[in-house]
Amino acid sequence: MAKVTKKVKRIKIDADKCNGCRGCEIICSAYHATPRYSTINPARSRIRVITNRLEDIWLPVFAGEYTAAECLGRDVYVIDGKEYDECGFCRAVCPSRDLFKDPDSGLPLKCDMCEGEEIPQCVQWCLNDVLVYEEREEEVDEEFEITMAEAGVDSLINQYGLDKVADMVARRRKDR
Amino acid sequence: MRYAEVGYNLEIDLATGNIEREETDPGLIAAHLGGLGTSVKIHWDRVGPEVKAFDPGNLLIFSSGLLNATPAYSANRTVVTFVSPQTDLLAYPMMGGFWSAELKHAGYDKVILSGKSPDWIYIWIDDGKVELRDASHLLGRGAVETQTLIQEELGDRNIQVAAIGPAGENRVFTASIEQGRSSASRLGGGAVMGDKKVKAIAVRGSKDVYLARGAEFMNHMKAVTEYVNFRNANPIPDVMTILSGIGSPQEMVHTDEKWHTENFMWGNARTRRREFWTDEISDLWASRQHAAIKRLISCYNCPQHCGALISYGDTPRYMAKCFGKLTYAMAAYVDDLDFSWRILRQATEYGVDSFSTPQILAFAVELKEAGILTDADFEGCPEDNEGRFFWLLEKVAKREGIGDVLADGVYYAARAIGNGAEEFDHNTIKKHEQLPLKLGTLDPLYFLMYSTNEKISITQIEGNWPQAAFPSREQRETFVKDWPQLPEETWKEWLLEWEIRGEKAIPYWPTPDISAKIVDWMEMLHNIDDALCICAGMASFCLKPPYHIHNYHLLISAAAGVDMSEEDVKKIANRNRNLHRAYNNRRGMTRADEKPPEDHWKRRFPELEEELLTTYYAHKGWTYDGIPTRERLEELDLKYVADDLEQRGILHHG
Repeated sequence: MAKVTKKVKRIKIDADKCNGCRGCEIICSAYHATPRYSTINPARSRIRVITNRLEDIWLPVFAGEYTAAECLGRDVYVIDGKEYDECGFCRAVCPSRDLFKDPDSGLPLKCDMCEGEEIPQCVQWCLNDVLVYEEREEEVDEEFEITMAEAGVDSLINQYGLDKVADMVARRRKDR
Repeated sequence: MRYAEVGYNLEIDLATGNIEREETDPGLIAAHLGGLGTSVKIHWDRVGPEVKAFDPGNLLIFSSGLLNATPAYSANRTVVTFVSPQTDLLAYPMMGGFWSAELKHAGYDKVILSGKSPDWIYIWIDDGKVELRDASHLLGRGAVETQTLIQEELGDRNIQVAAIGPAGENRVFTASIEQGRSSASRLGGGAVMGDKKVKAIAVRGSKDVYLARGAEFMNHMKAVTEYVNFRNANPIPDVMTILSGIGSPQEMVHTDEKWHTENFMWGNARTRRREFWTDEISDLWASRQHAAIKRLISCYNCPQHCGALISYGDTPRYMAKCFGKLTYAMAAYVDDLDFSWRILRQATEYGVDSFSTPQILAFAVELKEAGILTDADFEGCPEDNEGRFFWLLEKVAKREGIGDVLADGVYYAARAIGNGAEEFDHNTIKKHEQLPLKLGTLDPLYFLMYSTNEKISITQIEGNWPQAAFPSREQRETFVKDWPQLPEETWKEWLLEWEIRGEKAIPYWPTPDISAKIVDWMEMLHNIDDALCICAGMASFCLKPPYHIHNYHLLISAAAGVDMSEEDVKKIANRNRNLHRAYNNRRGMTRADEKPPEDHWKRRFPELEEELLTTYYAHKGWTYDGIPTRERLEELDLKYVADDLEQRGILHHG
């Protein structure tokens, strides 16, 4: 398979430097508002600072992929004597918790690294260098890009099965 | 659509349990901005001068400001207003933390509490829905632990809780309202909350807050950000460390306390300890501080590190900030920060102000040493300095034994104890304990700030003008070179001419006329901050701050969509201040009350002081007695205030 170069975007999180201000949540929600910067609402932010003040936990976590089902088990990390929340490091938008769901629609939120911007807004806004943006290039196998249409068909197949979808397509073709 | 503000207040009648969501007048932004400004207006309209602190008619208002929950850095203050049990005037202590932004996201600008609850409750504001919940199981619990207990009970650690401790329950006049790493401490807000039987207010919100012209607002914030970065990288030279940066005093960061410990008056504002800061103390205190501070933390949307999570040996964890680090140890004459970290935790759980309370405890110790208080009053009290302070603190917080009378503060305690105790009340203004400072020569600026401000607490009036003259011309030139915050370029000359000694030094320089202008400017900045609920640490309380008179109006206009010029903002701040002043005048405050303690300076100048006060009043547009004139009130669209003051005979026609 042919090799291509892929840009990997990364945000390094130095949680020890976090002063817990939650400015990242504010700027994220403002940036992703329509029109841009028209509303502020940390509940819509794609980054949240998981906080347990007296336990010395301030942990910025970015919204990751949506998953329809929760894991079969849960995890709890204890690091340096600090017990983090159940699934605390997980970025998934999952039925087991309210994190990263739009408060009105319940739709999943996902960090898009502020696509189109040179540096994600939360990184720019964090004046304590908790969030550091890094880019690197990787050689990867060339993949066929899945189009929106293909993704839609895949999702229909996932839900209804290949046969049903094929029947449906056949019927539509006949109708035309 | 409402911008920057939410447009709704939450009204709770505690006596009946009636809860209302009241839409507010959109015109109030142009008239009073918000925060302290709009709260003062509510007190003016609804709480007459006959209402005392513990009357059901006293309103207790928790308010956000116009810029809370916007991306403006450090817009995180909550201003709490009420008639104070200590001064009988309208008090407005403020707290940082995370509460006010959460309140706006829950759909309210203010929480207005009236009446008294028959039973102990806490208030739960959950995204617009409001419940009054039983708090009987929280009685006697500390102010910090109450916050955690409520979060656990409601199953969400992201709920922001403002709570009182036992001191508030017992209506101690120095009772604070604690929240996260912050507290609204001065003048007894915790006591009024306790009197209303409200143990806490918990809030959680997920609603939008709107910016009128978001892109424009962010553009202005870009300039503010650049300046924040610049100031953090470039501390001001030739001033003491604590004044060199931005943010509120970085007491949790800095360990060098030579200046505070050797220049303030300790015990009951009594003793200056000139040789205190030895190498040995310096090493010991630095090691104690590093041992205690687990992490430096901030309030909502603030890049600074004014607070800290304290984790000290076996002492249960809590959060601290600012000056409390020093006040208990120095008031008790315990030369070890070890004591500070332990007693500060206890004081935070009891929920008491760490400025006034240590002075009250030291006052009791002095009275004991003078034989005015007796062994019987101190029965069961340990002999050592540490043990005595812990014992006294508990007595005050619980109003037990001698603590009951002390809990009313030095002024009232001195008069209740009598037998010469009044002589020991030497550090109060308008019945309120002040910073423990006693200095040499009268300073005209500080004389005015101490005497006249509605805040009744010097630390939140001063800020933008240097505390003292720079010794050399060169230093002055360096300082004024880059000073865009100043209202007029010509003011630089006043600083350049300001000498340490001679004719152009205190008490005669700045002149009364110049002093009036400088003080007026500094207090105006505080009034703007308090309406926007921006932390004074990033604006009015520090030298060369990121927010100032030349950029506030840009941020306000873009956020609220109400276009304002610099002059408009000045006028609103002036209106708010005059309304507050008139409110206090209506409660009986006059020129006679406006004086610093007699021993505040060794060298006093009675004639000059009279001239200073008269000049300042004239500059403000007030009468000889310190009452706003009809002319000034009408200029500020406060005709209704002038009418009221005249009707009451406080202001005389013509």
